[in-house]
Amino acid sequence: MAAAAALLQVRDLETHLQVGDTALPAVNKVSFTLGAGETLGVVGESGCGKSMTALSLLRLQPEPPARIVGGQVLFDGRDLLQLSPAEIRDIRGDAISMIFQEPMTSLNPVMTAGRQIAESLIRHRGMGRRAAMDRAVEMLDQVRLPDPARRARDYPHQLSGGMRQRVMIAMAMATGPRLLIADEPTTALDVTIQAQILDLIEELQRRSGTALLLITHDLGVIAEMADRVVVMYAGRKVEEAPVEALFDRPLHPYTIGLLASVPRIRRDDSPDTETLAEIPGTVPVLSSIPEGCAFAPRCARATDRCRRESPPLEQKDAGHAVACWEATP
Amino acid sequence: MTMPVDAAPVLEVENLTKHFPIRRGVLSRVVGQVRALDGVSFAIRQGETLGLVGESGCGKSTAGKTILKLLAPTAGRILLEGEDITGLDRRAMRPYRRRMQIVFQDPYASLNPRARVGAIIAAPFAVHGLTDPTERRRRVADLMQRVGLDPDQAASFPHEFSGGQRQRIGIARALALNPSLIVCDEPVSALDVSVQAQVVNLMADLQRQLGLAYLFISHDLGVIAHISHRVAVMYLGQIVEMADKHALFANPRHPYTEALLAAAPEPDPRARGRRRAIITGEVPSAANPPPGCRFHLRCPLAQARCCSEPPPLRRTDDGRMLACHLR
Repeated sequence: MAAAAALLQVRDLETHLQVGDTALPAVNKVSFTLGAGETLGVVGESGCGKSMTALSLLRLQPEPPARIVGGQVLFDGRDLLQLSPAEIRDIRGDAISMIFQEPMTSLNPVMTAGRQIAESLIRHRGMGRRAAMDRAVEMLDQVRLPDPARRARDYPHQLSGGMRQRVMIAMAMATGPRLLIADEPTTALDVTIQAQILDLIEELQRRSGTALLLITHDLGVIAEMADRVVVMYAGRKVEEAPVEALFDRPLHPYTIGLLASVPRIRRDDSPDTETLAEIPGTVPVLSSIPEGCAFAPRCARATDRCRRESPPLEQKDAGHAVACWEATP
Repeated sequence: MTMPVDAAPVLEVENLTKHFPIRRGVLSRVVGQVRALDGVSFAIRQGETLGLVGESGCGKSTAGKTILKLLAPTAGRILLEGEDITGLDRRAMRPYRRRMQIVFQDPYASLNPRARVGAIIAAPFAVHGLTDPTERRRRVADLMQRVGLDPDQAASFPHEFSGGQRQRIGIARALALNPSLIVCDEPVSALDVSVQAQVVNLMADLQRQLGLAYLFISHDLGVIAHISHRVAVMYLGQIVEMADKHALFANPRHPYTEALLAAAPEPDPRARGRRRAIITGEVPSAANPPPGCRFHLRCPLAQARCCSEPPPLRRTDDGRMLACHLR
C-alpha cells in the first residue's frame, strides 16, 4: 500500500507509564501505516505494548499512569494527538471504532443492547430515536444475532460471551467507520465461536471497506486475517512484513523463536516433533528492559554490540523491515 | 516400560457422572440438575497422556476435579491403579492422595503468596509424614532442579518468579510425593507462547523420566495435539470421540471434532481459508441438554433419529470410540 494512500500513519508514537519518578517506555517510537480496507496485524506477548499502542491511537490510554509523550497519529492527514477533546470524541465510535477482548467491560450494563447501538447513531448521525432503534435491530441482524428484535431489548448480562461480542461489533460498525481497531477480539471466546466472529469481521470488512487494525497474541489468528504484520517486543516494533513473508522468512530471532514455539496440529500422518522450540528466559518487565536490544538476553545470536546498542529498524526486502544487528535476509 | 502388559491402568473411570443441583427459593428446593459430567469412561496407562479437549462448559474441568475427589461423584466409579476410590471419605483418601496430584491453570492463584517456595514445595511432605528437616531440604532442592529452578531460590516468595517459573513451582509441588497420575488442568493456558513451550517440554520430559500418567485438560487444540498420546473430545458432559491423536487429527469422524478442527486457526497463511465456522449457534445449557444426540442442534448432518435417540459411544472398526449415528 503506497504511503500516499495511507488512511492511518503512525509516526514515532511514544507512550510512557509514569511509575514514581521514572517514566517507563510502554510504547517506544512505534511507526506503521494502514491503507484503506487493509488489515494490519499487531502481534506480541504480554507487556509488549500492543494494547497500549491501540489505546494511544484514540487517546484512550489510562492516564495516569500512561501518557503520550511523542509522535503523530495521522488519520486522513489529521494528527489525532493534536485534536481537542471534543474533536477526538467525534472521531471515536464514528470514523474510528474499537472493540475489545471482554465486551462486558465496554458495554453499559444498565442499557439494552439495542439502545447502546442507537445512542451512537443518535450522537454521531443525528438520527431520531425511532429510526436509530430500527437501524440498531438491522445491525444486530447483520452480525447474525439470532432473533435480533428481541435481543435488542436484552441487557448485556442476558447475553452469552459470543453474543456480547456480536453486539460490540454491531455497535462498532453501525456508524460505518473507516477504521476498526480490534484488541484481542476473540481471545475470550471458544474456538467455534471465534471462527464465527472472525468470519463476521471479515465479511463486514469486505462489504464496507473498513480498514482493520487487529491486535492479538495469537499467531493463528494473524495468519488467517492479516495482510501485513507488525511484531512487537518490549514496547518496540522489531519486525514488519507482509503476512506470507513473515511466516515464510521471519528475520528477527524473536519472530523466528515465536513461530517455532507454537504447537501445531498435524492434520496428516507426518511425524510429530518431539519437543517444541523454546525461547529461553521470559519477556522483560517494563521496569527492567535491558540496554541495547531488549531481546539480547534471550537471543542465541546476541553479540556485545546487541547488548550495547539498540538496533534500528532496517528495510531488508520489499515491505520487510527488521530491527536486528544480526538478521540475515 | 517395565510394567507387565496386564497391569491395571493408572486410572480408570467408568460412567463417571457429576450433577450439580440447581436450588431455588427460600427453602433451597432442588429444581433441576446441571449435568456437568454425564457418564464418562476412559483409562490412562503409565507413561501415557490422555488429552481432554472441549469448549467451556463441556465438563472437562469437572472431570478432572471429580477424578481427584475434589468434587464428590454423583455416579460411576474411579479406579486408581486398580483400586476403587469412589466411595472413600477424606481420611480414607489420604494414602491415595499422594498418588494423584493436580497442576492448575493459574500458578499464582494456587500458590500461597506468603509462603517461601521451599515451604510450598515441601508442604506435601509434612502432610504425609516426612518430617526430617535435612531430608526435606534435600528433596526440595532435588525437585527444584528437576523442574529447572535454581535451588538457591528456595527462600524466595512466589511473586519473585515469572509466570512460567511459578508453573514450574506448581509442577515441583505436584511431583513431591512421586505421584503416578497428574491431572493437568489448563496448565499452560495463562502463559505466553514462548514460555508455554518451555513448560510443555518440561512436562513431556518429566513424563518420560518418571513414567507419569497425565490427564491433560485444555481448550487449546495445538497444545493437546502436541502433548497427548490419545485424545478425548467432550461436548456437554460427554465424550463424543476418543482416539489415538494421529487418527483423531488426521481423520476426525465426529462432526463436532471436525468442527473444532475446522475452527482452529492455523499459524500458516497458506492454509488460509481452511478455517471455517462450520457450525453455527452456541453450546446449549447443561441444565437442559437437548434430547437425542446433544450435538444435534448444531450438527450440519443431523437427521430425525439424532433428535430423539442418544448415540452410544461405541468402538468403530478403526479402533476409536465414537458417539454418532451417522459415521
